[in-house]
Amino acid sequence: MNEKLRVTKPGLFTTVQDLGRPNAVMAGVPPGGAMDRFAHRAANLLVANDEGAATLECTLNGPELVALERCLVAITGADFGPRVNGRPVRMWEGIFLQEGDEVTFAGRRAGARTYFAVGGGIAGDRWLGSMATYMLTGRGGMHGRQLIAGDVISLAGAPRAPAVSGRQLAYNLHPDYANHTLYAIAGPHVRRLGAAGRKELFGSAFKVSKDADRMGYRLEGPGLDASGDELLSFGLAAGAIQVPRSGQPILLMADHQTAGGYPVVATVAGASMPVAAQLLPGDELTFAEVGIEAALRMRKAQRLALDSLIN
Amino acid sequence: MPAPPSTPKATTVRTHPLGDSALLAELGTRLDTALNTRAIALAAALKKRRDVRQAVAGYASVTVHFDPDQTTYQALTTAIKRLATKRPPMAEPGRLHRIPVTYDGPDIEAAAKQLNLTPTQIAELHTRPIYRVFLVGFVPGWAYLGPLPEELELPRRHVPRTQVPAGSVAMAGRQTGIYPLPSPGGWHLIGRTPVKLFLPDSDPPCLFRAGDRVKFFAQ
Repeated sequence: MNEKLRVTKPGLFTTVQDLGRPNAVMAGVPPGGAMDRFAHRAANLLVANDEGAATLECTLNGPELVALERCLVAITGADFGPRVNGRPVRMWEGIFLQEGDEVTFAGRRAGARTYFAVGGGIAGDRWLGSMATYMLTGRGGMHGRQLIAGDVISLAGAPRAPAVSGRQLAYNLHPDYANHTLYAIAGPHVRRLGAAGRKELFGSAFKVSKDADRMGYRLEGPGLDASGDELLSFGLAAGAIQVPRSGQPILLMADHQTAGGYPVVATVAGASMPVAAQLLPGDELTFAEVGIEAALRMRKAQRLALDSLIN
Repeated sequence: MPAPPSTPKATTVRTHPLGDSALLAELGTRLDTALNTRAIALAAALKKRRDVRQAVAGYASVTVHFDPDQTTYQALTTAIKRLATKRPPMAEPGRLHRIPVTYDGPDIEAAAKQLNLTPTQIAELHTRPIYRVFLVGFVPGWAYLGPLPEELELPRRHVPRTQVPAGSVAMAGRQTGIYPLPSPGGWHLIGRTPVKLFLPDSDPPCLFRAGDRVKFFAQ
Protein backbone atom coordinates (compact mmCIF):
# COMPACT_ATOMS: atom_id res chain seq x y z
CA MET A 1 0.00 0.00 0.00
CA ASN A 2 1.19 3.46 -0.85
CA GLU A 3 -1.24 5.34 1.39
CA LYS A 4 0.68 6.48 4.43
CA LEU A 5 -1.22 9.23 6.24
CA ARG A 6 -4.74 10.58 6.50
CA VAL A 7 -5.47 14.25 7.10
CA THR A 8 -7.89 14.67 10.01
CA LYS A 9 -7.47 18.47 10.20
CA PRO A 10 -5.80 20.33 7.35
CA GLY A 11 -4.40 23.34 9.25
CA LEU A 12 -4.87 26.89 8.05
CA PHE A 13 -3.02 26.57 4.74
CA THR A 14 -1.14 23.36 4.02
CA THR A 15 0.08 22.68 0.48
CA VAL A 16 2.27 20.15 -1.30
CA GLN A 17 5.52 21.80 -2.45
CA ASP A 18 8.81 20.78 -4.04
CA LEU A 19 11.62 22.77 -5.68
CA GLY A 20 9.26 24.31 -8.22
CA ARG A 21 9.17 24.70 -12.00
CA PRO A 22 11.98 27.08 -13.01
CA ASN A 23 11.37 26.60 -16.74
CA ALA A 24 7.72 27.64 -16.61
CA VAL A 25 8.68 31.32 -16.38
CA MET A 26 8.75 31.29 -20.19
CA ALA A 27 4.95 31.09 -20.03
CA GLY A 28 4.58 33.61 -17.22
CA VAL A 29 4.09 30.86 -14.63
CA PRO A 30 6.04 31.56 -11.42
CA PRO A 31 8.81 29.15 -10.40
CA GLY A 32 6.98 28.40 -7.13
CA GLY A 33 7.95 25.57 -4.81
CA ALA A 34 8.86 25.59 -1.11
CA MET A 35 9.29 29.08 0.35
CA ASP A 36 11.98 27.86 2.81
CA ARG A 37 14.17 25.70 0.59
CA PHE A 38 16.62 24.91 3.39
CA ALA A 39 13.93 23.43 5.63
CA HIS A 40 12.36 21.61 2.67
CA ARG A 41 15.67 20.06 1.56
CA ALA A 42 16.65 19.15 5.12
CA ALA A 43 13.30 17.46 5.79
CA ASN A 44 13.78 15.30 2.70
CA LEU A 45 17.39 14.39 3.50
CA LEU A 46 16.40 13.39 7.05
CA VAL A 47 14.13 10.68 5.61
CA ALA A 48 16.63 9.67 2.88
CA ASN A 49 14.66 11.29 0.03
CA ASP A 50 16.04 13.30 -2.85
CA GLU A 51 16.02 16.99 -1.94
CA GLY A 52 13.48 17.67 -4.64
CA ALA A 53 10.82 15.24 -3.34
CA ALA A 54 7.51 16.84 -2.38
CA THR A 55 6.84 17.82 1.23
CA LEU A 56 3.96 19.52 3.03
CA GLU A 57 4.38 23.25 3.61
CA CYS A 58 2.20 24.17 6.62
CA THR A 59 1.53 27.85 7.15
CA LEU A 60 0.88 29.42 10.58
CA ASN A 61 -0.34 26.20 12.15
CA GLY A 62 0.08 22.52 11.55
CA PRO A 63 -2.32 19.85 10.31
CA GLU A 64 -3.48 16.78 12.22
CA LEU A 65 -2.46 13.52 10.59
CA VAL A 66 -2.93 9.83 11.33
CA ALA A 67 -0.41 7.25 10.13
CA LEU A 68 -2.09 4.48 8.11
CA GLU A 69 1.13 2.49 8.04
CA ARG A 70 4.59 2.62 9.54
CA CYS A 71 6.52 5.46 7.93
CA LEU A 72 9.57 7.63 8.48
CA VAL A 73 8.86 11.37 8.73
CA ALA A 74 10.73 14.58 9.54
CA ILE A 75 9.50 18.02 10.60
CA THR A 76 11.64 21.12 9.95
CA GLY A 77 11.28 24.88 9.53
CA ALA A 78 9.14 26.91 11.91
CA ASP A 79 8.48 25.47 15.37
CA PHE A 80 4.74 24.81 15.74
CA GLY A 81 5.24 22.42 18.68
CA PRO A 82 4.96 19.02 16.93
CA ARG A 83 3.53 16.09 18.93
CA VAL A 84 3.10 12.38 18.26
CA ASN A 85 0.28 10.86 20.31
CA GLY A 86 0.39 13.98 22.46
CA ARG A 87 4.08 13.77 23.31
CA PRO A 88 6.50 16.41 22.03
CA VAL A 89 8.85 15.17 19.32
CA ARG A 90 12.08 16.67 18.06
CA MET A 91 12.26 18.69 14.90
CA TRP A 92 15.11 18.39 12.37
CA GLU A 93 15.24 14.63 13.03
CA GLY A 94 13.94 11.52 11.25
CA ILE A 95 11.26 9.80 13.35
CA PHE A 96 9.23 6.63 12.75
CA LEU A 97 5.46 6.67 13.00
CA GLN A 98 3.62 3.42 13.68
CA GLU A 99 0.20 2.59 12.28
CA GLY A 100 -2.39 4.66 14.17
CA ASP A 101 0.08 7.27 15.46
CA GLU A 102 -1.38 10.77 15.53
CA VAL A 103 0.65 13.83 14.56
CA THR A 104 -0.56 17.14 16.01
CA PHE A 105 0.92 20.58 16.62
CA ALA A 106 0.53 22.35 19.96
CA GLY A 107 0.78 25.84 18.46
CA ARG A 108 3.11 28.22 16.77
CA ARG A 109 6.14 29.28 18.79
CA ALA A 110 8.03 31.13 16.07
CA GLY A 111 8.22 31.43 12.31
CA ALA A 112 5.63 31.05 9.58
CA ARG A 113 6.11 27.72 7.81
CA THR A 114 6.85 24.20 8.95
CA TYR A 115 7.78 21.37 6.55
CA PHE A 116 6.75 17.72 6.81
CA ALA A 117 8.53 15.06 4.77
CA VAL A 118 7.75 11.35 4.46
CA GLY A 119 10.27 8.69 3.41
CA GLY A 120 9.50 7.94 -0.24
CA GLY A 121 8.27 11.46 -0.93
CA ILE A 122 4.70 12.72 -1.06
CA ALA A 123 2.72 11.97 -4.22
CA GLY A 124 0.95 14.79 -6.02
CA ASP A 125 -0.21 16.02 -9.40
CA ARG A 126 2.72 16.95 -11.59
CA TRP A 127 2.31 20.15 -13.63
CA LEU A 128 5.02 21.57 -15.90
CA GLY A 129 7.59 19.30 -14.31
CA SER A 130 6.76 19.98 -10.66
CA MET A 131 4.36 18.87 -7.94
CA ALA A 132 4.39 22.34 -6.36
CA THR A 133 0.86 23.59 -5.66
CA TYR A 134 0.05 26.81 -7.52
CA MET A 135 -3.25 28.11 -6.22
CA LEU A 136 -3.86 30.78 -8.89
CA THR A 137 -4.21 28.21 -11.67
CA GLY A 138 -5.29 25.36 -9.39
CA ARG A 139 -2.57 22.99 -10.54
CA GLY A 140 0.05 20.75 -8.95
CA GLY A 141 0.22 18.91 -5.63
CA MET A 142 -3.08 17.87 -4.05
CA HIS A 143 -5.26 18.62 -7.12
CA GLY A 144 -4.06 22.21 -7.19
CA ARG A 145 -5.51 23.08 -3.78
CA GLN A 146 -4.62 23.23 -0.12
CA LEU A 147 -5.18 20.09 1.95
CA ILE A 148 -8.65 19.38 3.32
CA ALA A 149 -9.83 16.94 6.00
CA GLY A 150 -10.06 13.42 4.62
CA ASP A 151 -7.20 13.78 2.13
CA VAL A 152 -4.90 10.77 2.01
CA ILE A 153 -1.18 11.26 1.60
CA SER A 154 0.43 8.63 -0.58
CA LEU A 155 4.04 8.02 -1.47
CA ALA A 156 5.53 9.05 -4.80
CA GLY A 157 8.11 6.26 -4.65
CA ALA A 158 9.51 3.51 -2.51
CA PRO A 159 11.22 4.61 0.71
CA ARG A 160 14.96 4.03 0.61
CA ALA A 161 15.65 0.85 2.54
CA PRO A 162 16.91 0.46 5.13
CA ALA A 163 15.39 3.72 6.31
CA VAL A 164 16.81 4.81 9.63
CA SER A 165 15.35 7.05 12.25
CA GLY A 166 17.47 9.26 14.43
CA ARG A 167 19.23 11.04 11.59
CA GLN A 168 19.36 14.64 12.78
CA LEU A 169 20.67 18.06 11.88
CA ALA A 170 23.24 19.20 14.45
CA TYR A 171 21.85 22.03 16.57
CA ASN A 172 24.56 24.47 15.53
CA LEU A 173 23.52 23.99 11.89
CA HIS A 174 19.87 24.99 12.46
CA PRO A 175 18.91 28.23 10.68
CA ASP A 176 18.80 31.29 12.93
CA TYR A 177 15.23 32.27 12.10
CA ALA A 178 15.07 34.72 15.03
CA ASN A 179 17.65 37.00 13.40
CA HIS A 180 15.68 39.03 10.86
CA THR A 181 18.68 40.49 9.06
CA LEU A 182 18.31 39.71 5.37
CA TYR A 183 21.56 39.95 3.43
CA ALA A 184 20.98 41.56 0.06
CA ILE A 185 22.99 42.43 -3.03
CA ALA A 186 22.57 45.86 -4.62
CA GLY A 187 20.32 45.62 -7.68
CA PRO A 188 20.06 47.09 -11.19
CA HIS A 189 18.31 50.30 -10.13
CA VAL A 190 19.91 51.00 -6.74
CA ARG A 191 21.41 54.28 -8.01
CA ARG A 192 17.93 55.72 -8.36
CA LEU A 193 17.78 55.85 -4.56
CA GLY A 194 20.75 58.20 -4.25
CA ALA A 195 23.21 57.93 -1.36
CA ALA A 196 20.64 58.84 1.29
CA GLY A 197 18.02 56.44 -0.07
CA ARG A 198 20.55 53.65 -0.25
CA LYS A 199 21.38 54.25 3.41
CA GLU A 200 17.68 54.03 4.25
CA LEU A 201 17.35 50.73 2.36
CA PHE A 202 20.41 49.13 3.98
CA GLY A 203 19.91 50.25 7.55
CA SER A 204 16.32 51.13 8.35
CA ALA A 205 13.87 48.72 9.91
CA PHE A 206 11.02 47.56 7.65
CA LYS A 207 7.86 45.84 8.78
CA VAL A 208 6.07 43.05 6.89
CA SER A 209 2.58 44.38 6.12
CA LYS A 210 -0.67 42.38 6.12
CA ASP A 211 -0.25 42.05 2.37
CA ALA A 212 2.18 39.11 2.55
CA ASP A 213 1.76 35.73 0.89
CA ARG A 214 3.59 33.22 -1.29
CA MET A 215 3.79 35.82 -4.10
CA GLY A 216 5.58 38.42 -2.04
CA TYR A 217 5.55 40.76 0.92
CA ARG A 218 4.64 44.41 0.85
CA LEU A 219 6.89 46.11 3.38
CA GLU A 220 6.29 49.23 5.45
CA GLY A 221 9.16 51.53 6.29
CA PRO A 222 10.79 54.78 5.34
CA GLY A 223 9.49 55.85 1.92
CA LEU A 224 12.05 55.12 -0.78
CA ASP A 225 12.18 57.23 -3.92
CA ALA A 226 13.29 55.18 -6.93
CA SER A 227 11.43 57.30 -9.45
CA GLY A 228 12.82 57.98 -12.89
CA ASP A 229 12.05 57.05 -16.46
CA GLU A 230 9.44 54.32 -16.92
CA LEU A 231 11.23 50.98 -17.22
CA LEU A 232 10.49 48.36 -19.85
CA SER A 233 9.36 45.11 -18.22
CA PHE A 234 12.10 42.59 -17.56
CA GLY A 235 12.41 39.12 -16.03
CA LEU A 236 12.43 38.96 -12.22
CA ALA A 237 13.87 36.63 -9.59
CA ALA A 238 12.76 35.55 -6.12
CA GLY A 239 14.29 37.83 -3.51
CA ALA A 240 14.11 40.92 -5.72
CA ILE A 241 13.15 44.08 -3.82
CA GLN A 242 10.95 46.25 -6.03
CA VAL A 243 10.16 49.88 -5.26
CA PRO A 244 6.87 51.04 -6.79
CA ARG A 245 5.76 54.67 -6.86
CA SER A 246 4.33 54.43 -3.33
CA GLY A 247 7.92 54.05 -2.10
CA GLN A 248 6.99 51.02 0.04
CA PRO A 249 9.14 48.10 -1.16
CA ILE A 250 7.87 44.69 -2.25
CA LEU A 251 9.97 41.58 -1.56
CA LEU A 252 9.28 38.91 -4.19
CA MET A 253 8.83 35.36 -2.91
CA ALA A 254 8.37 31.90 -4.52
CA ASP A 255 5.15 32.56 -6.48
CA HIS A 256 6.33 35.97 -7.72
CA GLN A 257 5.24 37.58 -10.96
CA THR A 258 7.75 36.55 -13.62
CA ALA A 259 8.23 39.99 -15.18
CA GLY A 260 7.64 43.57 -14.15
CA GLY A 261 8.71 47.14 -14.69
CA TYR A 262 9.23 48.47 -11.16
CA PRO A 263 12.81 49.39 -10.21
CA VAL A 264 14.68 46.58 -8.43
CA VAL A 265 16.99 48.17 -5.88
CA ALA A 266 18.42 44.98 -4.35
CA THR A 267 17.95 41.21 -4.26
CA VAL A 268 18.01 39.12 -1.09
CA ALA A 269 20.83 36.55 -1.11
CA GLY A 270 19.75 32.94 -1.61
CA ALA A 271 21.08 32.08 1.85
CA SER A 272 18.74 34.62 3.49
CA MET A 273 15.58 33.48 1.71
CA PRO A 274 14.82 30.76 4.32
CA VAL A 275 14.70 33.49 7.00
CA ALA A 276 12.53 35.65 4.72
CA ALA A 277 10.19 32.67 4.24
CA GLN A 278 9.62 32.51 8.00
CA LEU A 279 8.53 36.17 8.38
CA LEU A 280 4.96 37.11 9.23
CA PRO A 281 2.93 40.31 9.01
CA GLY A 282 4.11 42.60 11.79
CA ASP A 283 7.66 41.18 11.88
CA GLU A 284 10.48 43.68 11.58
CA LEU A 285 13.45 43.10 9.33
CA THR A 286 16.51 44.92 8.07
CA PHE A 287 18.46 44.55 4.85
CA ALA A 288 22.25 44.33 5.16
CA GLU A 289 24.27 44.90 2.01
CA VAL A 290 26.67 42.15 0.96
CA GLY A 291 28.76 41.47 -2.10
CA ILE A 292 28.18 38.45 -4.33
CA GLU A 293 31.19 36.58 -2.94
CA ALA A 294 30.06 36.93 0.67
CA ALA A 295 26.56 35.81 -0.35
CA LEU A 296 28.02 32.74 -2.05
CA ARG A 297 30.05 31.90 1.07
CA MET A 298 26.79 31.88 3.06
CA ARG A 299 25.20 29.69 0.40
CA LYS A 300 28.15 27.29 0.65
CA ALA A 301 27.79 27.08 4.44
CA GLN A 302 24.14 26.09 4.04
CA ARG A 303 25.11 23.51 1.44
CA LEU A 304 27.63 22.00 3.85
CA ALA A 305 24.97 21.86 6.58
CA LEU A 306 22.68 19.93 4.22
CA ASP A 307 25.56 17.70 3.09
CA SER A 308 26.05 16.69 6.74
CA LEU A 309 22.74 14.82 6.38
CA ILE A 310 23.89 12.77 3.39
CA ASN A 311 25.68 9.54 4.24
CA MET B 1 24.24 63.17 -50.07
CA PRO B 2 22.43 60.08 -48.90
CA ALA B 3 23.54 58.67 -45.59
CA PRO B 4 25.61 55.50 -45.84
CA PRO B 5 23.67 52.35 -45.03
CA SER B 6 23.73 51.90 -41.30
CA THR B 7 25.82 49.02 -40.06
CA PRO B 8 24.71 47.20 -36.94
CA LYS B 9 26.54 48.85 -34.05
CA ALA B 10 28.31 46.69 -31.53
CA THR B 11 25.63 46.46 -28.88
CA THR B 12 26.69 47.74 -25.53
CA VAL B 13 25.45 45.44 -22.81
CA ARG B 14 25.26 46.42 -19.18
CA THR B 15 24.93 43.68 -16.59
CA HIS B 16 23.67 43.99 -13.03
CA PRO B 17 23.45 41.32 -10.34
CA LEU B 18 19.97 40.03 -9.44
CA GLY B 19 21.12 38.32 -6.27
CA ASP B 20 23.91 35.72 -6.16
CA SER B 21 22.68 33.40 -8.90
CA ALA B 22 20.96 35.63 -11.46
CA LEU B 23 21.79 38.73 -13.45
CA LEU B 24 20.06 41.26 -15.66
CA ALA B 25 21.75 42.04 -19.01
CA GLU B 26 20.39 45.27 -20.49
CA LEU B 27 20.71 45.84 -24.23
CA GLY B 28 18.88 49.16 -24.22
CA THR B 29 16.06 51.15 -22.71
CA ARG B 30 13.80 51.78 -25.74
CA LEU B 31 10.70 49.90 -26.86
CA ASP B 32 12.20 48.68 -30.10
CA THR B 33 11.62 45.59 -32.23
CA ALA B 34 15.29 45.25 -33.21
CA LEU B 35 16.41 45.38 -29.56
CA ASN B 36 13.79 42.79 -28.65
CA THR B 37 14.98 40.51 -31.48
CA ARG B 38 18.53 40.75 -30.12
CA ALA B 39 17.33 40.03 -26.59
CA ILE B 40 15.47 36.91 -27.72
CA ALA B 41 18.54 35.72 -29.72
CA LEU B 42 20.85 36.37 -26.75
CA ALA B 43 18.53 34.47 -24.41
CA ALA B 44 18.46 31.53 -26.85
CA ALA B 45 22.28 31.49 -27.08
CA LEU B 46 22.66 31.66 -23.30
CA LYS B 47 20.19 28.85 -22.71
CA LYS B 48 22.54 26.46 -24.54
CA ARG B 49 25.24 26.96 -21.90
CA ARG B 50 25.54 24.33 -19.19
CA ASP B 51 26.16 26.92 -16.48
CA VAL B 52 22.91 28.74 -17.35
CA ARG B 53 19.72 27.40 -15.78
CA GLN B 54 17.31 29.73 -17.55
CA ALA B 55 17.47 32.88 -19.68
CA VAL B 56 14.36 35.00 -20.18
CA ALA B 57 14.19 37.84 -22.67
CA GLY B 58 12.49 41.07 -21.60
CA TYR B 59 11.67 43.96 -23.93
CA ALA B 60 15.32 44.90 -24.29
CA SER B 61 17.08 42.75 -21.71
CA VAL B 62 17.79 39.19 -20.68
CA THR B 63 17.41 37.85 -17.15
CA VAL B 64 19.84 34.99 -16.66
CA HIS B 65 19.56 32.45 -13.85
CA PHE B 66 22.89 30.66 -13.47
CA ASP B 67 24.50 27.92 -11.42
CA PRO B 68 26.97 29.65 -9.08
CA ASP B 69 28.85 26.37 -8.65
CA GLN B 70 29.68 26.36 -12.36
CA THR B 71 30.27 30.01 -13.18
CA THR B 72 30.54 33.47 -11.70
CA TYR B 73 28.78 36.75 -12.35
CA GLN B 74 32.01 38.15 -13.84
CA ALA B 75 32.65 35.18 -16.14
CA LEU B 76 29.08 35.24 -17.40
CA THR B 77 29.22 39.02 -17.95
CA THR B 78 32.31 38.54 -20.13
CA ALA B 79 30.57 35.77 -22.08
CA ILE B 80 27.45 37.89 -22.57
CA LYS B 81 29.47 40.84 -23.89
CA ARG B 82 31.18 38.52 -26.36
CA LEU B 83 27.88 36.97 -27.46
CA ALA B 84 26.27 40.40 -27.88
CA THR B 85 28.93 41.59 -30.34
CA LYS B 86 28.07 38.72 -32.63
CA ARG B 87 25.60 39.56 -35.32
CA PRO B 88 22.33 38.02 -34.23
CA PRO B 89 21.13 35.25 -36.52
CA MET B 90 18.58 36.35 -39.07
CA ALA B 91 15.40 36.45 -37.05
CA GLU B 92 12.77 34.12 -38.42
CA PRO B 93 9.38 35.74 -38.48
CA GLY B 94 7.47 34.46 -35.49
CA ARG B 95 4.27 32.48 -35.86
CA LEU B 96 1.30 34.61 -36.86
CA HIS B 97 -1.83 34.38 -34.71
CA ARG B 98 -5.14 35.78 -35.99
CA ILE B 99 -7.32 36.73 -33.04
CA PRO B 100 -11.04 37.55 -33.40
CA VAL B 101 -12.25 40.41 -31.21
CA THR B 102 -15.69 41.78 -30.40
CA TYR B 103 -15.04 45.47 -29.83
CA ASP B 104 -17.60 46.13 -27.11
CA GLY B 105 -15.39 46.48 -24.03
CA PRO B 106 -16.63 48.49 -21.04
CA ASP B 107 -13.98 51.20 -21.60
CA ILE B 108 -14.30 51.66 -25.36
CA GLU B 109 -16.76 54.58 -25.16
CA ALA B 110 -14.72 56.46 -22.55
CA ALA B 111 -11.48 55.76 -24.42
CA ALA B 112 -13.04 57.01 -27.66
CA LYS B 113 -14.08 60.25 -25.97
CA GLN B 114 -10.59 60.79 -24.53
CA LEU B 115 -8.96 60.09 -27.90
CA ASN B 116 -11.46 62.10 -29.96
CA LEU B 117 -12.36 58.99 -31.89
CA THR B 118 -15.43 56.80 -32.31
CA PRO B 119 -15.48 53.20 -31.00
CA THR B 120 -15.50 52.03 -34.62
CA GLN B 121 -12.35 54.03 -35.30
CA ILE B 122 -10.70 52.46 -32.24
CA ALA B 123 -11.51 49.01 -33.64
CA GLU B 124 -10.16 50.02 -37.07
CA LEU B 125 -6.92 51.37 -35.65
CA HIS B 126 -6.48 48.45 -33.26
CA THR B 127 -6.89 45.85 -36.02
CA ARG B 128 -4.51 47.62 -38.44
CA PRO B 129 -1.00 46.61 -37.27
CA ILE B 130 0.61 43.22 -36.98
CA TYR B 131 1.75 43.34 -33.36
CA ARG B 132 4.84 41.73 -31.96
CA VAL B 133 4.89 39.60 -28.81
CA PHE B 134 7.66 41.41 -26.94
CA LEU B 135 7.55 39.15 -23.92
CA VAL B 136 5.42 36.61 -22.14
CA GLY B 137 5.30 37.05 -18.40
CA PHE B 138 3.90 38.84 -15.40
CA VAL B 139 1.05 36.35 -14.86
CA PRO B 140 0.50 32.96 -16.57
CA GLY B 141 -0.15 33.44 -20.29
CA TRP B 142 0.08 37.25 -20.29
CA ALA B 143 1.85 38.64 -23.39
CA TYR B 144 2.98 42.23 -23.90
CA LEU B 145 2.03 43.16 -27.52
CA GLY B 146 2.96 46.29 -29.41
CA PRO B 147 3.64 48.83 -30.58
CA LEU B 148 0.11 50.23 -30.50
CA PRO B 149 -0.72 53.01 -33.02
CA GLU B 150 0.07 56.44 -31.55
CA GLU B 151 -3.54 57.52 -32.07
CA LEU B 152 -4.59 54.99 -29.39
CA GLU B 153 -2.05 55.96 -26.74
CA LEU B 154 -3.66 56.53 -23.34
CA PRO B 155 -2.24 56.36 -19.81
CA ARG B 156 -3.52 53.56 -17.60
CA ARG B 157 -6.87 53.97 -15.87
CA HIS B 158 -6.65 56.07 -12.70
CA VAL B 159 -8.46 53.42 -10.71
CA PRO B 160 -7.58 49.85 -11.69
CA ARG B 161 -10.43 47.36 -11.86
CA THR B 162 -10.36 44.77 -9.11
CA GLN B 163 -11.60 42.07 -11.48
CA VAL B 164 -11.10 41.89 -15.24
CA PRO B 165 -12.65 38.87 -16.99
CA ALA B 166 -10.39 36.44 -18.89
CA GLY B 167 -10.36 37.16 -22.62
CA SER B 168 -10.59 40.95 -22.19
CA VAL B 169 -8.66 42.79 -24.93
CA ALA B 170 -6.99 45.85 -23.44
CA MET B 171 -4.60 48.69 -24.20
CA ALA B 172 -2.38 51.13 -22.28
CA GLY B 173 0.49 53.34 -23.43
CA ARG B 174 1.91 51.89 -26.65
CA GLN B 175 0.97 48.36 -25.60
CA THR B 176 -1.95 46.02 -26.01
CA GLY B 177 -2.73 42.61 -24.56
CA ILE B 178 -5.32 40.03 -23.60
CA TYR B 179 -6.08 39.11 -19.98
CA PRO B 180 -5.45 35.34 -19.83
CA LEU B 181 -7.03 34.83 -16.39
CA PRO B 182 -9.54 36.78 -14.33
CA SER B 183 -7.34 39.29 -12.50
CA PRO B 184 -7.14 42.91 -11.36
CA GLY B 185 -6.05 45.29 -14.12
CA GLY B 186 -5.50 48.93 -14.97
CA TRP B 187 -5.62 48.80 -18.76
CA HIS B 188 -8.53 50.09 -20.90
CA LEU B 189 -10.84 47.23 -21.88
CA ILE B 190 -11.87 47.69 -25.51
CA GLY B 191 -13.08 44.22 -26.47
CA ARG B 192 -13.13 40.50 -25.81
CA THR B 193 -11.99 37.36 -27.56
CA PRO B 194 -13.00 33.72 -27.11
CA VAL B 195 -9.41 32.63 -27.83
CA LYS B 196 -7.76 31.01 -24.80
CA LEU B 197 -4.28 32.35 -24.07
CA PHE B 198 -3.52 30.28 -21.00
CA LEU B 199 -3.55 26.55 -21.81
CA PRO B 200 -2.83 24.77 -18.53
CA ASP B 201 -2.79 21.31 -20.10
CA SER B 202 -0.33 22.19 -22.87
CA ASP B 203 3.41 22.59 -22.56
CA PRO B 204 4.24 25.44 -22.81
CA PRO B 205 0.91 26.40 -21.25
CA CYS B 206 0.44 29.54 -23.32
CA LEU B 207 -0.59 30.38 -26.88
CA PHE B 208 1.92 33.17 -27.55
CA ARG B 209 5.70 33.00 -27.42
CA ALA B 210 8.15 35.90 -27.44
CA GLY B 211 8.78 36.94 -31.05
CA ASP B 212 5.38 35.73 -32.35
CA ARG B 213 3.15 38.09 -34.34
CA VAL B 214 -0.50 38.85 -33.62
CA LYS B 215 -3.20 40.31 -35.90
CA PHE B 216 -6.60 41.18 -34.44
CA PHE B 217 -9.72 41.19 -36.58
CA ALA B 218 -13.16 42.48 -35.66
CA GLN B 219 -15.97 39.97 -35.58
